Amino acid sequence: MRLAGLRISKLRKSFGTVDVLKGIDLEIRDGEFVSFLGPSGCGKSTLLRCIAGLEDLTEGVIHLDGREITDLPSAKRDIAMVFQNYALYPHMNVRKNMAFGLSLNGMPAAEIDARVRDAAETLRITELLDRKPRALSGGQRQRVAIGRAIVRKPKLFLLDEPLSNLDASLRVTMRAELSALHDRLGVTMIYVTHDQVEAMTLSNRVVVLDKGRVAQFGRPLELFHRPANLFVAGFIGSPQMNFLPAKIEEQTADSITISLNGTTLTIPTLGHAPVDPARPVTLGIRPDRLQLAEDGQLSGTIRLAERLGTENHLHIDLSTGDPVVVITDGTHPARARDQVRLRISPADTHVFDADGRALPRKLDPATEALISEPQGPADPA
Amino acid sequence: MTDARRISSRRRPGIAPWLFISPWILGFFLFTLGPMVFSLIMSLHDWPVVGERKFIWFDNYSTMLTQDPRFWESLGITVKFALIFVPLNIALSFLLAVLLNVKVHGTALFRTAFYLPSIISGVALVMIWKWIYSKDYGLLNYGLSLLGVDGPNWLGDPHWSILAIIIASLWGLGGTMLILLAGLQSIPKELYEAARVSGVPAWAQTVYITIPMLSPMLLFTFITSLISAFQQLTIALLLTKGGPLNSTYFFAMYIYDNAFKFHDMGYAAAMSWVMFLIILTLSMLVLKYSAAWVHYEGEAKGGGNG
Ligand SMILES: Nc1ncnc2c1ncn2[C@@H]1O[C@H](COP(=O)(O)OP(=O)(O)O)[C@@H](O)[C@H]1O
Ligand SMILES: [Mg+2]
Repeated sequence: MRLAGLRISKLRKSFGTVDVLKGIDLEIRDGEFVSFLGPSGCGKSTLLRCIAGLEDLTEGVIHLDGREITDLPSAKRDIAMVFQNYALYPHMNVRKNMAFGLSLNGMPAAEIDARVRDAAETLRITELLDRKPRALSGGQRQRVAIGRAIVRKPKLFLLDEPLSNLDASLRVTMRAELSALHDRLGVTMIYVTHDQVEAMTLSNRVVVLDKGRVAQFGRPLELFHRPANLFVAGFIGSPQMNFLPAKIEEQTADSITISLNGTTLTIPTLGHAPVDPARPVTLGIRPDRLQLAEDGQLSGTIRLAERLGTENHLHIDLSTGDPVVVITDGTHPARARDQVRLRISPADTHVFDADGRALPRKLDPATEALISEPQGPADPA
Repeated sequence: MTDARRISSRRRPGIAPWLFISPWILGFFLFTLGPMVFSLIMSLHDWPVVGERKFIWFDNYSTMLTQDPRFWESLGITVKFALIFVPLNIALSFLLAVLLNVKVHGTALFRTAFYLPSIISGVALVMIWKWIYSKDYGLLNYGLSLLGVDGPNWLGDPHWSILAIIIASLWGLGGTMLILLAGLQSIPKELYEAARVSGVPAWAQTVYITIPMLSPMLLFTFITSLISAFQQLTIALLLTKGGPLNSTYFFAMYIYDNAFKFHDMGYAAAMSWVMFLIILTLSMLVLKYSAAWVHYEGEAKGGGNG
């Protein structure tokens, strides 16, 4: 059976003695929009360049639509790439920038012309066709770079931080356009970014990379509500999730009771393998889920109150010394040096074992339904 | 109040700024503009090294252009030299730069090796070449003899002498190469990657990306090579002394001889001015027609983000 989409197996990549990618396995469905998300230096670009054929793999195999492309030259892989700094040929006008690769591969001029015109219309850059890149704004250059990819009619689009050189408002516009473009073309896109907002809003699924490994591969809301480990839990969501050290008191097949700061919490799980009770666990709770309440289980002092208008970010030092951030309504009067109490509801918490792996979290039915909505093409959910 | 302050800050700047730029001003007047004006005045005189100087208007120039076959001969040799030397110099520098731009072990060593001739004194270099070209004991003819070729008398045969000088001059292409190498390294590598992804073959990357991106440097080296070709003196003077049969009697050497052998400073100055005008005209022509093929990087107004 022909397997549509991109399949990466056991991919490793080292530069000299530095291992950058340490065993990547991914299956990306045909027509999906997938982001590679992770902090700077985690290997996103390297992975993308391996797929593009711009880097040789140290180990591993890549298939595209059932065909092995591991050792094929870039040009034969049926891919197109958009670079972070656009990489437009500065001495060629927009038309030539888009046509250059095609004409050198012997495509008839009429066909090239039609493709360039189509792409230009799609991207609304028709009136720019005779300009040189230096006479274009950042957003226009970005469109041309995308246009140069579109005219190749590739099976797979690779985009390396395409929006990171644009200013904030333009980034929002281009984000929406990229999303529309993906819908229109229906082609598989892989999008590298370090910006979680871009990844969460654009993607059908997100690959979170941590130091050359896949930390989690899932739908955006899945990453948010059911992070697989401490890394993903801490990386997705802003401000960051709060982490508190805790001890296991008791566990059943589908719940775990932990103690922290002298209080105990019984947290339901989806059924988990027994965790070693002798080792400490970490309790995670998002800042918007911690509530200021007279009868809260934790006490602390506000160190800093940041008022952002819609909401306040309260930086609180707990009586144990652990810092947490709490989001309250923007009109809440809390201010620095106030003594406060905080309430945790067990259903809002995440539990991570001593190795940082999350215990499968039981969600309320509404959230569960939300995160299992089908996302993009061929999603079996 | 504000008006008063504005007036006071607008007061005459005084002498301090002039003092700050005086080293350059002095240098320019004493060592550049001064000598130029002086040589222009000289060129309008019959100016023997010793004896009476006489103002003769443009006699030096008219003699040169109408009654001095040697002037035309030496100019012809120089032009011939430039026609061969300039393209070769640029083509070879470019090739070397492309080779040395490849990232493999030992390129640093090769870069140094190729630049070395540019820092060795010209005289030492010429002595080496004299030995290489020597008819009976020379390295070149020895090498040729191994191939069964009976090498010519490089420096003694008027057919070969100019070629010998061109080859020796090309030994100094390290500087040109270095400029082109720096240019190559400033071309963003993503341009080549983008080309690779879209299946542009290597030769086309060189023709359609490297050369246009390098064009400002190519233009610069073209003009500087042109100038150095017209000023060619040291190598010919030391290697062949203009011979044999004046086959390497360059324009600059004729100027030199007029000044220091025939002691006719006025005539030498006039020739220098002719050379200056030729170089100036050529450079301006090159610059004028370069707009069509030279691509300058740099933002147009209103570009950038947004
Ligand atoms: N050509 C290279 N040679 C050596 N190290 C490299 C090379 N390219 C990338 N790296 C290293 O690999 C790591 C991952 O780089 P990259 O994939 O660019 O990260 P990201 O795109 O996630 O910011 C970095 O530590 C970087 O220094
Ligand atoms: Mg990157």
